[in-house]
Amino acid sequence: MKIDRYEKIFMLLGVGILAMGLIAIAISVLHYGLHVPSPDGRIAPGDVRATSPWDEPGVYETGDGEYEVIMLAETWRFVPDEVRVPAGSEVTFRMTSPDVVHGVLIEKTAVNVMIIPGQIATVTHTFDEPGEHLFVCHEYCGTGHHLMSGRVVVE
Amino acid sequence: MSTVATTAEQVTPHEEVGVETHGQMWPVTGQIAISLFALGLGGFIGLFQAIERVNITLPPFGPFENYYQGLTFHGVLLAFVFTFGFANAFVSWTTIRGFDRPLYSTMLAQGAFWVLLTGTILGAIIMTMNEATVLFTFYAPMQAHSLFYLAAALLVVSTWLVLANIVLTYRAWRKENPTAAIPLMGFTSLTTYIMWGLASLGVAILVVGILLPWSLGLWDHTDPQLGRTLFWLSGHAIVYFWLLPVYISWYMFIPKQVGGRLYSDGLTRFAFILFLLFSIPTGLHHQYTDPGIHEGMKGFHLLLTFVIFYPSLITAFSIMAALEHGGRKAGGRGLFGWIMALPWNNPAVVAQLLAMLVFTLGGVTGLVNASMSVNLVVHNTAFIPGHFHLTVGTAVALSVLGICYWFVPYLTQRPLFATKLALWQAWMWAIGVLIFSRGQMSGGLDAQPRRTMLGEASYSLPGWEVANWLTAIGGIVMTVSGLLFFVVMIGTLLNKRAETAEEKAALQPLMPAPPIHDHRKSWKIFDRIGLWTLIAIILILIAYIPVFLLYLPAEFTSPGVRVW
Ligand code: HEM
Ligand SMILES: [Cu+2]
Ligand SMILES: [Cu+2]
Repeated sequence: MKIDRYEKIFMLLGVGILAMGLIAIAISVLHYGLHVPSPDGRIAPGDVRATSPWDEPGVYETGDGEYEVIMLAETWRFVPDEVRVPAGSEVTFRMTSPDVVHGVLIEKTAVNVMIIPGQIATVTHTFDEPGEHLFVCHEYCGTGHHLMSGRVVVE
Repeated sequence: MSTVATTAEQVTPHEEVGVETHGQMWPVTGQIAISLFALGLGGFIGLFQAIERVNITLPPFGPFENYYQGLTFHGVLLAFVFTFGFANAFVSWTTIRGFDRPLYSTMLAQGAFWVLLTGTILGAIIMTMNEATVLFTFYAPMQAHSLFYLAAALLVVSTWLVLANIVLTYRAWRKENPTAAIPLMGFTSLTTYIMWGLASLGVAILVVGILLPWSLGLWDHTDPQLGRTLFWLSGHAIVYFWLLPVYISWYMFIPKQVGGRLYSDGLTRFAFILFLLFSIPTGLHHQYTDPGIHEGMKGFHLLLTFVIFYPSLITAFSIMAALEHGGRKAGGRGLFGWIMALPWNNPAVVAQLLAMLVFTLGGVTGLVNASMSVNLVVHNTAFIPGHFHLTVGTAVALSVLGICYWFVPYLTQRPLFATKLALWQAWMWAIGVLIFSRGQMSGGLDAQPRRTMLGEASYSLPGWEVANWLTAIGGIVMTVSGLLFFVVMIGTLLNKRAETAEEKAALQPLMPAPPIHDHRKSWKIFDRIGLWTLIAIILILIAYIPVFLLYLPAEFTSPGVRVW
């Protein structure tokens, strides 16, 4: 096949740019530990409210500067919808939904995960600075979707 | 079959390729009409979404009960009906012209029209009755009325009828031309539809195999995570099914329309083969944040996603080369002078040039979305609609409008009405969408969720106000532009039919000349369509078998819910 010189340069340049992008992402995951969610177990939506730990949602201290947030995302609220932790805490959110698909995004963090009935969604984030972070449901979950939010207060 | 010989100047839509083809051409016109209806209705609802966020809600949601019902209407009509209707119509016609013969089956051609029409009307009724406010992604366990799933299935079936017709046409052509290279326009049409044929299996299995029986009460539960994976198996490839008919226009018609020539036959085939191979095994990049899928699998699809970016880079090069060729022949000098020499007075060309320009931004933001770790910042935020109004909402939609500026006059044999207005339309859309998307994207980077009735939301952040106003203003400009388009179209329909040979000749489509490096310089293996299809299937299996194996056993534990 006849490939023109400019074409060849452009094609190689294209490969180069895309390869660089991939390398940058690989570094962000492998070196900086910027992971995307991975499976952490399942639970039937009908059993959620009667099964530990989601029978008692809340914020629990699990170690020195470590917290676990057991959270329910349901139509149309988060339980709990306020999470208070001291600055510097490593907070693990364990979430599931008893009804439809929801999602959560915490402002000014890389916490962004779908909350899907049947699946347990687990994400961890360290809150270094004192301040407030809004979190919102970011998947359409019915006519009250825009009322579903909460906040993390770092003290 | 009558074989009335006609000279090229006298070809009308009733006598494509020198034979009577009216029975196949009215479905083309008909599906363009369905497509444009969907664009008009759906786009109009977009206006209410854009202004709701600055609290202009008069009337609240257009004709609808609530924001999300309108949004469902907007998404379904624009993502499915508008795009499928245009693809069915335009690619059927490029198949006829590409292979220089009528479609194999007139019945299939007409069937596609009727099935698309039925699916559209059925879907529109169900959505208007507020029985399916589930958005265009219809994620289970939200449960819509069973007729909504049936309507979705019908829309897909209409594309399958076109696929069958294109493949049969190709085979009939092949029988008579056992050794010839596949004509380039036929090649691009064929690969586009084969790709979508494979891709659509995911959503077909989901809708027909799981959701439809579930909504009919055959079983009570679904597995939402499994459903999402099936949906996105089709859901990335569908964006290429939206895009490729427009690429056919950019590769085949634009070069001649700017007075240039396509550079390379081989590179064009190469790009379309890459689209066939890699459009589908990339779906997990829409599910980076899904908890039920392993990170390793997501990384694998990330890799393949970067591969599928490549043929669009090649396209950028090929089209730019053809544009420069045309611009220089028209007397453009210097590094950029050729740009000024392009036909900026031809709305068919201008709309598509602007669509291409906007698409460069769409491509860059797409790369942002695809980059797994960066995706965590933008996933499901307003950044995403910001991105795809640049891609499907402009690269595709504005190009379709541009194509309509020559295709509709040809189909109806009536000259285009108010060329100046059409030029205004194109510029306004491009400017409008840049403002609109700038608003959506800055909101999104500031944690603003998408698919959300922001005007009534119980929360807000300081950065959102400017973002919302930009979105609203851009949306209003786009709406005015859309209105101008329909004024031009209606004016065209009211224009006097071309009668003299001269008038008819002026409405003839400019058919492509062979590329500068024509097919004799291309590799023969490019034409092994069966082989490429097989490799595409193998790639899908490699990309998805581990995903499903790791996922199994599926757990059907989620009962259907109505949340509107
Ligand atoms: C007048 C022009 C348009 C305006 C003002 C407009 C406005 C909007 C807005 C504001 C949203 C976001 C709603 C939200 O996230 O809550 C949206 C979503 C969307 N738009 Fe448009 N749009 C227009 C044209 C188009 C076109 C031409 C297409 C495609 C061909 C399109 C396809 C979509 C899709 C697929 C969605 C996503 C729906 C969903 O998330 O369920 N729009 N539009
Ligand atoms: Cu929600
Ligand atoms: Cu995608």
